[in-house]
Amino acid sequence: MSKSDTLAAAPKPKQEAVSLSGAEMVVRALKDQGVTHIFGYPGGAVLPIYDALFADNGITHVLVRHEQGATHAAEGYARSTGKPGVVLVTSGPGATNAVTGLTDALMDSIPLIVLTGQVATHLIGTDAFQEADTIGITRACTKHNWLVKDVNDLSRILHEAFQIATGGRPGPVVVDIPKDVQFKTGTYLTPDDVHHRSYRPKTEPDASAIARAVEMMAAAKRPIFYTGGGLINSGPKASQALRELASLTGFPVTSTLMGLGAFPASSPQWLGMLGMHGTYEANNAMHDCDLMVCLGARFDDRVTGRIDLFSPGSKKIHLDIDPSQINKIVRVDLGIVADAGKAITEMVKLWKAKEKKADAAGLKDWWAQIERWRAKRSLAYEDSEVLIKPQYAIDRLYALTRGRDLYITTEVGQHQMWAAQRFKFEEPNRWMTSGGLGTMGYGLPAAVGVQMAHPGALVIDIAGEASVQMTMQEMSTAVQYNLPIKIFILNNEYMGMVRQWQQLLHGGRYSHSYSEALPDFVKMAEAFGCLGLRATKPFELDAKIQEMIDSPKPVLFDCRVDATENCFPMIPSGAAHNAMILSKLSEASVSDEGKMLV
Amino acid sequence: MANERHTLTALVDNEAGILARVVGLFSARGYNIESLTVAEVDPAQSTSRITVVTSGPPQVIEQIEAQLRRLVPVHAVTNWTFATGGIEREMALVKTSGADQAAAKTAAAKFGARILDDRGQTTVFELTDSPARISSFLETMRSLGLSDVSRTGVAAISRDTA
Ligand SMILES: Cc1ncc(C[n+]2csc(CCOP(=O)(O)OP(=O)(O)O)c2C)c(N)n1
Ligand SMILES: [Mg+2]
Repeated sequence: MSKSDTLAAAPKPKQEAVSLSGAEMVVRALKDQGVTHIFGYPGGAVLPIYDALFADNGITHVLVRHEQGATHAAEGYARSTGKPGVVLVTSGPGATNAVTGLTDALMDSIPLIVLTGQVATHLIGTDAFQEADTIGITRACTKHNWLVKDVNDLSRILHEAFQIATGGRPGPVVVDIPKDVQFKTGTYLTPDDVHHRSYRPKTEPDASAIARAVEMMAAAKRPIFYTGGGLINSGPKASQALRELASLTGFPVTSTLMGLGAFPASSPQWLGMLGMHGTYEANNAMHDCDLMVCLGARFDDRVTGRIDLFSPGSKKIHLDIDPSQINKIVRVDLGIVADAGKAITEMVKLWKAKEKKADAAGLKDWWAQIERWRAKRSLAYEDSEVLIKPQYAIDRLYALTRGRDLYITTEVGQHQMWAAQRFKFEEPNRWMTSGGLGTMGYGLPAAVGVQMAHPGALVIDIAGEASVQMTMQEMSTAVQYNLPIKIFILNNEYMGMVRQWQQLLHGGRYSHSYSEALPDFVKMAEAFGCLGLRATKPFELDAKIQEMIDSPKPVLFDCRVDATENCFPMIPSGAAHNAMILSKLSEASVSDEGKMLV
Repeated sequence: MANERHTLTALVDNEAGILARVVGLFSARGYNIESLTVAEVDPAQSTSRITVVTSGPPQVIEQIEAQLRRLVPVHAVTNWTFATGGIEREMALVKTSGADQAAAKTAAAKFGARILDDRGQTTVFELTDSPARISSFLETMRSLGLSDVSRTGVAAISRDTA
């Protein structure tokens, strides 16, 4: 029995009832939800919706080249704007191609509304042409999903889909719409008519928890703010509140990969990213702190390293909007379930009202210790006159793009980590990367989505030569929509991150990690109608980067870098935060249990 | 940490796929299901109650509850192992066969089981009781010609007025 059949308090339209076809309702609901862009790909089961889009020019539809590209573009759009991303794909292969992006968005808490066409209701379950059990397949990779069997449920479900994708901890949702439902006529409800009957995520912090947190912070001698992507999801206010709290307390701040930009990297209180490829000072401070204040992060294994040796001597506060995250991986002394922006703002208020002072003597010693760790200069590398070092390339890219309205996306691998370590972000929403799922092929389509939302900005995908081949075809999308995205490939001719692990864990047996038979990226760019550039020597890099920036076209930049450079520092799998390797790998540094980990 | 056995109930929207969501959650995260029952409890509100008996260390049980609450159609989750005054009941249908059914009938009578069907060589009993008593009933019947069993799984409710 479907919920709507017997829904006790069936929503009643406040205004006069509007009758629309299912397909028209989709377009109307998107507009009523403030959607201006959707990313999609047509097919038989969504033709009525495409017809409705044809009749209405209020929404810009971006035609991608693969449905995975649509989902990542929508993620880039969402992450860079704070608005949900919307995707429209057909049934069967259209829906299955969207699964990677849905899973990516679920892991990184990105609000996506993915509309999938479905075969007509009377054909469901008959193995009809392009039928797939989309609801079954996407159940595990969505926050929630719906199959719409009655056109009179459609507008309600669409509005609920927006509420659920964006409410609480954001995430992807799927609305599966059979073709006959798109054709049928029914009553349209506006967003104001619809309130989900049970979904009420808690966003207001408990005053008592805030009070305890403030007391714990005032008593700390070796505190640290460990911040994450939740601060980005909460909106710019959360970043603002964090800056204020950090300046009031004087505590050091580190962040996960997903949280970069919430705190300005130019601040002296910034320790850099933490985790597997985080800085020496960030990881040692996490290990030795006496108070860890986790704000919108989730103790991911890339961050904690070996869990039984994780920050053994600290009291821990964990702020998260998702109650299931508290005590999931690490037992904490104080859990706060709330929206990050609201909770941090309350902390700031209370700290001021109570005229709290941080432990000055304790902090002085703590900062002295942090400076000793910093003095190790864990991101330093050996430069070369002959080869472009990947770190050098990132540093030049950073230097030459200063002062611009800049957005960075990445693929997955060493280049991603070097970008995270070396690019300095001052603001939230400027850094788009696949953190939880680690999806190669994310960055290029994400850049398409970002550029669509920010036409005048400089949007760069820092890529690897292997990753970029996974969604390369979206260059064509960039050309079609005049999106001058810059694909900056750190071409080391290897799946570098795989090669590094094979060197570390598998005796240098480089099984299938060499990027054989690479295309000529410059020619490929030209074939797409983009500008292709190549740099092979350090001295030519600056001019080429400048040429890339100045070009009004999409650019594919083949930056040939040292093929065997490794990404340091590194916490080997199965090791604790204070057991970082600063340079040079040896197999001995990984325990047998460590080798079992990913 | 030692495993504990817990009975959880979830009040859910009675919508297509809700059972798959709950079961999928357990399998995806590697949680145990010892028994699971589901039925509509309020047709007007279109809500169902799902009762799950699970086992795991306390931290895992806590996660199971939190993960269940995260599902959008889940209204409320109760852990009857902690709630005071929870009542758990299960029903079993038990068939015995053999030339002599007298011993089976005597033993079943001591447990308070009812005879639902009696065909001389086979008898079908019904017993509604706590899961532990049901298990000990089955244990007893095993040596008395037990040939088939069907258990409903646990249903739970509180004694409180509210
Ligand atoms: C879709 C997908 N398949 C496989 C992997 C495993 N993986 C992680 S990094 C990596 C290599 C990436 O190579 P490249 O894009 O050249 O980046 P580099 O590490 O060389 O900078 C691979 C294969 C992944 N993350 N995603
Ligand atoms: Mg590479």
